[in-house]
Amino acid sequence: MKFFIQFLVLTLSVPLALVASGAGTAKPAPPTSEPPSYTINIKDFMFSPRNLTIPVGSKVTWTNKDEEPHKVAEVNSSFTSKPLDTDEGFTYEFKVPGKYEYFCTVHPRMTGTIIVEK
Amino acid sequence: MSKRIIHDHNHDGIDRRGFLECMAWAGTGALCMLSGGVLKSYALSDMREVTKALANADFSFVQISDSHIGFNKSANPDVSATLQAAIDKINALSTPPSFILHTGDITQLSKPEEFDTAAQLLKGLKTGQIFYVPGEHDVLDGTGKLYRERHAMNSMGDGWYSIDIKGVHFVGLVNVLNLKAGGLGYLGPEQLDWLEKDLKNVSSSTPIVVFAHIPLWSVYPDWGWGTDDSARALSYMRRFGSVTVLNGHIHQTMRKVEANITFHTALSTAFPQPAPGTPGASPGPITVPAGQLRSLLGITDVNFISGQQALAVTDSTLADMGSAMMHPMGSQQ
Repeated sequence: MKFFIQFLVLTLSVPLALVASGAGTAKPAPPTSEPPSYTINIKDFMFSPRNLTIPVGSKVTWTNKDEEPHKVAEVNSSFTSKPLDTDEGFTYEFKVPGKYEYFCTVHPRMTGTIIVEK
Repeated sequence: MSKRIIHDHNHDGIDRRGFLECMAWAGTGALCMLSGGVLKSYALSDMREVTKALANADFSFVQISDSHIGFNKSANPDVSATLQAAIDKINALSTPPSFILHTGDITQLSKPEEFDTAAQLLKGLKTGQIFYVPGEHDVLDGTGKLYRERHAMNSMGDGWYSIDIKGVHFVGLVNVLNLKAGGLGYLGPEQLDWLEKDLKNVSSSTPIVVFAHIPLWSVYPDWGWGTDDSARALSYMRRFGSVTVLNGHIHQTMRKVEANITFHTALSTAFPQPAPGTPGASPGPITVPAGQLRSLLGITDVNFISGQQALAVTDSTLADMGSAMMHPMGSQQ
């Protein structure tokens, strides 16, 4: 029985290992690749980068690096995060081109802009 | 660190008799008392004077602020212990205060269990009555529902209210909800309309005490330390002989006198924050070397000396504070 389980684990892990090694090579992305991802750090009561231009379909993840909770909210409420404690993040996918102004509803002096291009 | 006390020197010479004076305590808050119909202050560094004053006072109350229950980072891994220390200190007063004001940021993340822990600790106060206003940390759900259910059941709107106690009109305001992008603290038209009506029925000779979390004066707008529409609120208070505004939020004592209005901010019971505009700093917790948290809070204290017309700010060393240490705040060193 023990031998059988080990065999299963081995069999399952082989394809995973292949995928992992493939990720390291510089092959061109297939046409059905994931949308580009961007990261905005929240540090010292600032969004960094504060202004960001991205292609439509991109995902943006905000990560709180402060010891203070923050929130991320678009001014017209198209997206609003839950309160983000230290090291917590919030991801939003921008499917519609346009200019998005957002702020921290806890510390409203913290503002940022995302421009989503076609 | 010692520069965290800011003193507005512009108003020396104003006769401040009749103004409510407050004494800041090391890491605990401020003590205020009404005596013979006049609100007075005494030097905290001399506990005998405080004791004598309390015995003669008509009533007194204590302001505490920014307990941040749930915070567990390096600036203070045990905020419950420091709130407990504040409670012990209040309970050690020779004459118990009539009530307590908590000016917000009771919790760190508005979690029910954080509110519960705070309530459990504050039950240890010999003074049963506590009046609250919310801080931004208490309304992270965006509505303040949890806060209101627990601490502002009989309030108006988002949690504002007024109450008359022994001839003083107390007004608790909420300036931490519906904040606007790029803005500061916000009261909003509904609350301001209510305030205008509320104060209309109060005689000009009645002492007014207004308390809210974020300062109602512009301490440092770049860090959000001010309230966008406070000017309208203050305009309703100009006709009164004595108005005292008590705030928290900035975790340090500051004081400003503007005609009939005296502004105070209280220390936190949890952790210090930098002086406004400190180069390279942001308005978050400061981590100080291990074992120094409480003593540092002690060092940043402000004392108000009675009998002096101008504001007296005293840098109290721990040695100065020794006689005032009635509970074991210093025992951790």
